[in-house]
Amino acid sequence: MSALPSEARLRDPGVTWIRPTRGWGGLQLRELWRFRELFYFLVWRDIKVRYKQTLLGAAWAILQPFLTMVVFSIFFGELAKMPSDGIPYPIFSFSALLPWQLFEGGISKAGTSLVAGRNLITKVYFPRLAVPAAPILAGAVDFCLALLVLFAMMAYYHTPLTWAALTLPVYLLLALVTALGVGFWLAALNVAYRDIGYVIPFLVRVWFFSTPITYAISLVPEKWQAAYWLNPMVGVVQGFRWAILGVGRPPEILLLASAGVGLCLLGTGIAYFRRMERTFADVV
Amino acid sequence: MGGLAVRVQDLGKQYRIGQTTGTYRTLRDSLAQAAGTPWRRLQARFAHKYPVETIGAANTIWALRHVEFDVERGQVLGVIGRNGAGKSTLLKLLARVTEPTEGMAEIHGRVGSLLEVGTGFHPELTGRENIYLNGAILGMRRVEIDRKFDEIVAFSEVPRFLDTPVKRYSSGMYLRLAFAVAAHLEPEILVVDEVLAVGDAEFQRKCLGKMSDVAQAGRTVLFVSHNMSAIQRLTQETILIEGGRLALRGPTVQVVDHYLSSGLSQEGERTWDGDESAARSKPFRPIALRVLDSRGHVASQVPSTEPIQIEFEYDLDMEITGLRIGLYLTTGRGDPVFTSFDTDAADDFERVASRPAGHYISRCVLPANWLNEGRFLLGVNASAFRIRSFFSDEHALTFTVDGTGAPGSQWPEARSGPLRPALAWQIETIQAEEA
Repeated sequence: MSALPSEARLRDPGVTWIRPTRGWGGLQLRELWRFRELFYFLVWRDIKVRYKQTLLGAAWAILQPFLTMVVFSIFFGELAKMPSDGIPYPIFSFSALLPWQLFEGGISKAGTSLVAGRNLITKVYFPRLAVPAAPILAGAVDFCLALLVLFAMMAYYHTPLTWAALTLPVYLLLALVTALGVGFWLAALNVAYRDIGYVIPFLVRVWFFSTPITYAISLVPEKWQAAYWLNPMVGVVQGFRWAILGVGRPPEILLLASAGVGLCLLGTGIAYFRRMERTFADVV
Repeated sequence: MGGLAVRVQDLGKQYRIGQTTGTYRTLRDSLAQAAGTPWRRLQARFAHKYPVETIGAANTIWALRHVEFDVERGQVLGVIGRNGAGKSTLLKLLARVTEPTEGMAEIHGRVGSLLEVGTGFHPELTGRENIYLNGAILGMRRVEIDRKFDEIVAFSEVPRFLDTPVKRYSSGMYLRLAFAVAAHLEPEILVVDEVLAVGDAEFQRKCLGKMSDVAQAGRTVLFVSHNMSAIQRLTQETILIEGGRLALRGPTVQVVDHYLSSGLSQEGERTWDGDESAARSKPFRPIALRVLDSRGHVASQVPSTEPIQIEFEYDLDMEITGLRIGLYLTTGRGDPVFTSFDTDAADDFERVASRPAGHYISRCVLPANWLNEGRFLLGVNASAFRIRSFFSDEHALTFTVDGTGAPGSQWPEARSGPLRPALAWQIETIQAEEA
């Protein structure tokens, strides 16, 4: 048996120790920090590549939510007369589609990222958390572009911008935290179980209808409201509507439930990912 | 100079069978297996700890075990061994791509791994963008890439195409750019695996040149290759991995000699049934390479006075256009004798421009009275020129040529050189004295 290195030698920054990891492995924040430039480049790559060789380029970032909003407004707003808390349906649905598309695009791309990046994973070392995290953060660029459209729509519908809009980053952060948590889970699971490739579209659809995007939250019976808010995206969407349109309730205890679940997803996602990470290269 | 660069202690890596061949489990498989077995087993499966006691030793293999060695700073260490002996596993462990199952290694300094050039290249990005991306992936800092950018571009010989997406590059340009980035990586410890297996001869020479520059610059290098002459040129000391164990360590000349002569390599016939490297070459699937004597029997020893038939049997899972099967004959000391492709003849090149999926044998005959006596190495490769290398084994099998009755055997002396051809000598008598 080999002698165990002393604590002092283990902490020597110039020496890398290669050993089987026991237990959960921890966060390795120092390692993530050391590879921040690679992470930056991966995000940059995802942004660069996203609309390469498309005719309309970055306009897709605006067109996708905008056209979806138009379709929703026709079918759900005009024909089905979905309740929208008295807000014009187009801006009602668009304010929810914004964070939703960030979330949906993020988890879809993150979920398949490790498998798509297998030739990276089997050849080079770096903290693997960067792989699913990159497409989620890259989605924030699309989000910002679409946000401009939202502001234009607010001007069109004479919806004044209030101080409440300053809370938007909080909801955006919650959307990102949730997307990262779910993304880590799906990506790690997908390495071992390719079933996840089939689960993702289904999950996205179910989640979409469990979130008040096409309908108003008032549609959900009062006794189910508490359970309903356990979906972190409910917190995000309601937060967006409150911050921009001034409908619904200001942040309160239910938002904490949403945030709690979001953080829980992130925590367990990272833990599971770190646990599985050590065998990614062998299994993928 | 001096001091420890790498210390490997009792390093081992266990794989579950099935993982190494790249198959993956489905949730259904896992559920089916879990049903009727204790919860413990499912837990073990999720935990991925491969405990021998719960999953069963029969399902696991040790790709590498009880490996111990040190590398001094500034040393260039060769690593040789047969396919599947564990060389690549060792490099993957040192490059931290995968974790060991037991033991440990300590590494002093930054490790750069060149397990494959062009890792992380994105086809949609331009050459310029890929230099930054690939550099970052290989572990370079941004300022470092900025600093070396012009040098990298000059080395790559593609300055005019810097703003063209690399998907429009020819494969030669692609490789040059990829190697240019990798070659300018300056870690304290460089791990290199089979970089030379790609590209044309000229490019391989360039890579070797750069490798020897690196070696002379006092960098610590771990160099894995099947190319015995490259190993001999670049390293003084070599380790031999055999069946996942460290079999030998010593001066390169001795280790290479031991490797070539100890029957580690297969004689007469080489099969790739279920081989890991063969599984990676899809849609090309090598089956066997054989040396046959004049009666058509597999032979590890053939007389030099008879023609020697070489056949390579393989399957194609799908149609491949431009496929060519190459044979590389080298002497036991690693000096090349010849390279020949099955579509060398202009007629064949056009007639079999494309091969549909199916089962094939490519066959050729080395003429009688041609090779000198001694041991020869036969390598084989399957590639589409400048498009893709499907499969390559530079050290597929060895055979011995027996010189009994060869031209000139009336004089019992050794002849130098790999060939001992029966040439059509003419002795013209210009003037002869009457006896």
